[in-house]
Amino acid sequence: MAKLLLEKVEKRYEGFHAIKGVDLSIDDREFVVFVGPSGCGKTTLLRMIAGLEEISGGDFSIDGVRANDIPPDKRGLAMVFQTYALYPHMTVAENMGFALKMAKVPKAEIERKVAHAAEMLQLDKVLARRPKALSGGQRQRVAIGRAIVRNPKGFLFDEPLSNLDAALRVQMRTELVKLNKQLETTMIYVTHDQVEAMTMADRIVVLNGGIVEQVGSPLELYHNPANLFVAGFIGSPKMNLLQGVVSARDDAGADVKLDDGGSIRVAAANIAAAPGLRVTLGIRPEHTALAADGEIGGTADFVEHLGNETLVYVRRPGEAQMIVKADDLAGVRMGDPVRMKPQPARAVLFGPDGKALLRREFHLR
Amino acid sequence: MKPSLASRVVLATLAWAAALIMVFPILWMLVTAFKTEGQAIAIPPLLIFTPKLRSFFDATQNAGYLLFALNSVIVSVGATVLAIAIAFPAAYALAFFPGKRTEFTLMWMLSTKMLPAVGVLMPIYLFLKNVHLLDTRLGLVAIDTLMNLPIVVWMLYSFFKDIPHEILEAARVDGVGPRQQMIHLLLPLAGPGVASTALLSVILAWNEAFWSINVTASHAGTLAAYIARFSAPEGLFWAKLSAASVLAVAPILVFGSLTQRRLVRGLTFGAVK
Repeated sequence: MAKLLLEKVEKRYEGFHAIKGVDLSIDDREFVVFVGPSGCGKTTLLRMIAGLEEISGGDFSIDGVRANDIPPDKRGLAMVFQTYALYPHMTVAENMGFALKMAKVPKAEIERKVAHAAEMLQLDKVLARRPKALSGGQRQRVAIGRAIVRNPKGFLFDEPLSNLDAALRVQMRTELVKLNKQLETTMIYVTHDQVEAMTMADRIVVLNGGIVEQVGSPLELYHNPANLFVAGFIGSPKMNLLQGVVSARDDAGADVKLDDGGSIRVAAANIAAAPGLRVTLGIRPEHTALAADGEIGGTADFVEHLGNETLVYVRRPGEAQMIVKADDLAGVRMGDPVRMKPQPARAVLFGPDGKALLRREFHLR
Repeated sequence: MKPSLASRVVLATLAWAAALIMVFPILWMLVTAFKTEGQAIAIPPLLIFTPKLRSFFDATQNAGYLLFALNSVIVSVGATVLAIAIAFPAAYALAFFPGKRTEFTLMWMLSTKMLPAVGVLMPIYLFLKNVHLLDTRLGLVAIDTLMNLPIVVWMLYSFFKDIPHEILEAARVDGVGPRQQMIHLLLPLAGPGVASTALLSVILAWNEAFWSINVTASHAGTLAAYIARFSAPEGLFWAKLSAASVLAVAPILVFGSLTQRRLVRGLTFGAVK
């Protein structure tokens, strides 16, 4: 059981305001991912939750009890560090049992718990080894095992996969999500990698410059980015952002006249924009097609063949580059003139302040 | 370019000459220790003679060498144990919980070493007198501990800085208290560093002469005080003084050379990593 509540939580260092008033509620058993660029405050926020950094302002509570001044060891949370932070002079078994030993837990019980965690994490064959003699993935699992044996209310992960190679990272990603369901505990996971965030999270918290830009499920963030920052951060390749002016508005949507000519239809029920408003139109590469009757023109600058898809980087004179996810057999070559057609039902609009002007309900089929 | 044979010969000669000049007094002391008093003051100096152990016998027989040697061992080991016991938690706090004043505190501690010891001789002498610690091992242990404390804190601090702080943070989150962290994590992880620090502290305390000569006499005097006694009222007895000096210097010299490798590694640990 661990329900975490952050209310107007702040962190001020001398001459630096790291966390600027974060409100967040994390439910029991939820897998929440903090994501954002480096220096956005995600690790600081996690360390504040762990108790390793003091909270300068606001309230933080665990299961309804104010926890601002509770020392880290009394919070009932376990943390897994990016560097694993294993005790180098102890064996795997000693590493996992150390906290219990210090808490004077009977030896037999320690052994039972360590054996259970080791089996769950496939570490039973390396229990007598030192961290030095383990692979990166095994070290990572020892760090997780060390957390599991304490049976914590919640797990805190600080970029735990960034030191692993790509294949192992993908494997560990699914294992961590399974672990979350298996252990039925709250997990908070910090990463700068939006793919990790999208694939693992029940809910994603996007942080930027010490503030929360948006909180939502992966699909919510993908379909309804609340602002330009989230639009640019979530999704790979990035969402295309085009400048223009709203030229017409009706119940079913709006027409946007782009600065480089061409008019694009945005289909959505409630758009908070009147004709004449300067807007940024966002459309993802996968929602843009190459079509002879497309509204936007340009030149194929670069073509990336990834096998399952082909990315076409389109240069437009005086405007930002656009990316289109095309059919793998589209046959576009570098230097070809192309025309692009966005799907009206997938385009989003942002006002001059960078905030979204519409929000679509989406239904999973 | 490889230097010519001539320049190499000149360089080598100069180097050997410099080394010989520096080590000559010690060599001469060693030689004199095996002479009789008469041979020791002979002019021109005797280079060929039959070595005798007479001076060593005189130096130890009448002057209680063993007591002074025992005092040296007790004081240097005692001061080292005490200094490490005090400095260990201090360095832990400074290294892992740095605050606004950490740097200042470290500099301030070191700055006390810039004060000439003789400047505080009077107050400390009177203090020791009033608490009845003059000429006691305890008094000298206390002084040596405090003398070496800044250096011991600094050394431990620099060794602790090399330990990834996440390791202790992980322990903190896992409910391991500061005392347990120090005993079960810091001590084994910084073991070589603690050992080098202890070695240096023993050597410094062993060689400390100023306080030993000034605040101790026949009861708690260390080997430094023991040597000093030979230049006392009876006049100078060169052979006996040399023998006493050899006996005072030999143990720490042997100890130092045995532990040299560890000591050098410890002192350069942070610098060349």
